[in-house]
Amino acid sequence: MLFALAGLAIGFLAGWYFPLYLPLEYARLLSVSVMAAFDTVFGGIRSSMEGRYDHTVFITGFFTNAVLAAFMCYSGNLLGIDLYLVAILIFGVRMFNNLAAIRHLFLKK
Amino acid sequence: MFSNRHAKIMLLVVFAILGFMIATQIKTTERQKTINVQRAEELTERLRVVEQQRDDLAKEMERLQASAGSDKALETELERLKEFAGEVPLQGKGIQLILDDSKVTAQVGENPNLYIIHDDDLLRVINELRAAGAEAISINGERLVSTSEIRCAGPTLSVNNNRSAPPYVILAIGNPSNLASALKLRGGVLDTFKFWGIQADLTMPEVVKVPAFKGRRTFEYAEAAEEHDAAKDGDK
Repeated sequence: MLFALAGLAIGFLAGWYFPLYLPLEYARLLSVSVMAAFDTVFGGIRSSMEGRYDHTVFITGFFTNAVLAAFMCYSGNLLGIDLYLVAILIFGVRMFNNLAAIRHLFLKK
Repeated sequence: MFSNRHAKIMLLVVFAILGFMIATQIKTTERQKTINVQRAEELTERLRVVEQQRDDLAKEMERLQASAGSDKALETELERLKEFAGEVPLQGKGIQLILDDSKVTAQVGENPNLYIIHDDDLLRVINELRAAGAEAISINGERLVSTSEIRCAGPTLSVNNNRSAPPYVILAIGNPSNLASALKLRGGVLDTFKFWGIQADLTMPEVVKVPAFKGRRTFEYAEAAEEHDAAKDGDK
């Protein structure tokens, strides 16, 4: 847990001071990726609380979800469909599910 | 929670990436907002500059037009328009008609009005003169301009809101013989005057001097229409 928070802080500071700005259309892709990453993180927390956390599943899930979400959003742009809305909705629902599960597990303890 | 050190480092890296993404996203969103504000400010500034330029150019145009006023062509045009408008005295060949009330006294039962000069008598004379090509006309020193009126004001006549009593001296610049013959037409104005005994003395002096319009004219309601050329044509 400590490592995770430390990594988050390091990454945040690095990103804050790194002179990287995205144009509007790529910012949307990134936002979807962030949603996917959040979803994976909460999924990981839940599974670790349930005692079935798998390191490999978490790492691969993190990257594939983020990349897939971004790709979906990108292809949606090409097709003229707002697929990023779908991604955000799905990831949002899953996030809330995971958070609810985490809360339940936390209360059970 | 974690089996080995390798996994912990991987976790660190993963969360570092997540943090990086979040930070970038926040920064980008923030900048998007500020860019919009900046853009609006920039456009406002540019609008201000362009308006300033426009005003400057308008002033420049005014200045150039004013300096072009010393131009020969413009000056002659101004002079010509002034002459048309009656703002300057004019002279030239023409006629002089002096009208006075009839010496014939009205018989009992006859209308004495028939033996004095009325506004419509003068209007007929003016109409004939204009039809015959009179270029400038005055009545008792009152130049006839586009706003001039001729109407009865009691025993006197009012021209340009100035009253005058008989005799009436009508001056007209134009081709003298044309003007005279227009008045002397059989059954024309002078014939009618003669019938009623109204004294008319028509002469053709070498030089007729028509004075300038003395009053002041300002447009209270009228203003130049969009079609400037049309308005100018109407002036002529």
